[in-house]
Amino acid sequence: MDMKANKKKLGLKEKYAHMTRGLDWETTYQPQEKVFPQATFEGIKVHDWDKWEDPFRLTMDAYWKYQAEKERKLYAVLDAFAQNNGHLGLTDARYLSAVKLFLTGISPLEYVAHRGFAAAGRNFPGVGPRVACLMQSIDEIRHAQTQIHALSNYNKFYEGFHAGASHQIERLWYLSVPKSFFDDAFSAGPFEWMIAIGFSFEYVLTNLLFVPFMSGAAYNGDMATVTFGFSAQSDEARHMTLGLECIKFMLEQDPDNLPIVQKWIDKWAWRGIRVLSLVSTMMDYMLPKRVMSWKEAWEIYFEQNGGALFNDLAKYGIKVPDCIAQCTVDKEHQSHQLWLTLCTHSHAMGLHTWLPNADEMDWLSAKYPNTFDQYYRPRFDKLREMADKGERFFANTLPMLCQVCQIPMLFTEPDDPTKICYRESEFQGEKYHTCSDGCKHIFDDEPEKYIQAWLPVHQLYQGNCWPEGTDPTAEGFNPLAKYLEWCHVDGRDTGDYEGSSDQANFAAWRGAATQNT
Amino acid sequence: MSTVFIAFQTNEDTRPIVESILADNPHAVLDEQPAMVKINAEGSLVIKRESIEERIGRDFDLQELQVNLITLSGYLDEDDDQFTLAWKN
Repeated sequence: MDMKANKKKLGLKEKYAHMTRGLDWETTYQPQEKVFPQATFEGIKVHDWDKWEDPFRLTMDAYWKYQAEKERKLYAVLDAFAQNNGHLGLTDARYLSAVKLFLTGISPLEYVAHRGFAAAGRNFPGVGPRVACLMQSIDEIRHAQTQIHALSNYNKFYEGFHAGASHQIERLWYLSVPKSFFDDAFSAGPFEWMIAIGFSFEYVLTNLLFVPFMSGAAYNGDMATVTFGFSAQSDEARHMTLGLECIKFMLEQDPDNLPIVQKWIDKWAWRGIRVLSLVSTMMDYMLPKRVMSWKEAWEIYFEQNGGALFNDLAKYGIKVPDCIAQCTVDKEHQSHQLWLTLCTHSHAMGLHTWLPNADEMDWLSAKYPNTFDQYYRPRFDKLREMADKGERFFANTLPMLCQVCQIPMLFTEPDDPTKICYRESEFQGEKYHTCSDGCKHIFDDEPEKYIQAWLPVHQLYQGNCWPEGTDPTAEGFNPLAKYLEWCHVDGRDTGDYEGSSDQANFAAWRGAATQNT
Repeated sequence: MSTVFIAFQTNEDTRPIVESILADNPHAVLDEQPAMVKINAEGSLVIKRESIEERIGRDFDLQELQVNLITLSGYLDEDDDQFTLAWKN
């Protein structure tokens, strides 16, 4: 970059003060509490909004200047990647399953984050957070757009890229996991939203999604994804400081805020960890060339980095969330349990899965010496043996879902990795099931919220997930086929990578790229 | 003592920035990964405008760091001359 650094008329601190303070006014036609109706119901007490300061001290003029530069860099790379058939430089087209999961599961959330931060900015009475939320809101829509632009190039060549944001995020069963996380956050108040997204998702968790995974994209030849990923993540660094500032601000404003903030930290740490189990399969199973295991990434970005943060927050009285003890057990199991489930349900997914090959299983044994050979290798071996006999196993019944995180009941008891964990609660005479102590705790705290959850399996059984005009009593009615049609999943998008059109096309095009015949 | 870190995209813009950081923070440790460079440091890490300007031979605005920044950890304090990351405990 060759950017001109102008001689400053004002120092950074002075400029920030001028451009983010004194921009508002006391209302006279309406009382303040009617103008900001969401500012108080959560119980957070604020005495002086001017104590809020954005550590980056970013002002709108600087924001436009640097964001424009990021965009120019990003689109130059995307053009070069498309013009030079960059997709043929991938390690293997099965890598694209990870990208499909990203496009269908994460990019639509960026759009919801855009809406959520616009709403938070509107609902906070203070000017400092309002400016920061406005910039984050614009960042988030930029992320949704750049991700869709970057990945649209793959849509020209590969299956499964055509309907993520338009239909699948609201319909596909496994995408209800990330969707419900944001629905839960957006339907809370503005302060809880800030903890859910600004703090838990951005500060504690996005590093795990964007940093080692994007580095993995680079390692697998996907220049388009790594470029949008890092371009987005450069904004996340700003979002993280906003999340951290928000926590500090609430805790410093009034001692009564502590128990509320602690409750939200506990809740959203667990909600986020459950969503990230999808990323664990990307790291451990979907990258043909791996950068680090999920467990290693977890240790660096959650245990060390999160640990440093909680040490620091201890001075306010914040305690490490209780769920961390379970996470220490789960990090050895999570990716394997979820990938096994995805592999046995891949006929009902919008992306391809595969059974790990011998080399990959050896890598997993080395990375997970305490668990892989004992609990998971035998199950993959069995699935492989069945597949070799032409009896590839697919689960043909629908699983029970957790009422809170919406993940099928597939995770195990903290003290017994051979026993599926589930918990039961009762509310207004009905039974509700959750996958863990963490999710049960969240349910029991706000049952009236979670009983409204849109659970794909329940909806399927109620007959709400078929195209309009479907007659389930018709001869030869196939509920799965109709469900997939409703989700805009084509037969070519689904099932094993082995034998898929993605596999055949990639081999043919790569062959054509290196030979003249 | 806790670790702070900052990560940048690996490119020609960040090479002199990374060199400056390593020169100004002898306790910092370089961690090179595919497409990114991460710098870890115990306790705190400081990025100085002057050190970058010496290496690139032009005026530099510390807010330019945002263009190639990937992630960071620790409390940030930024002014015209330096960009500091630290844990306060």
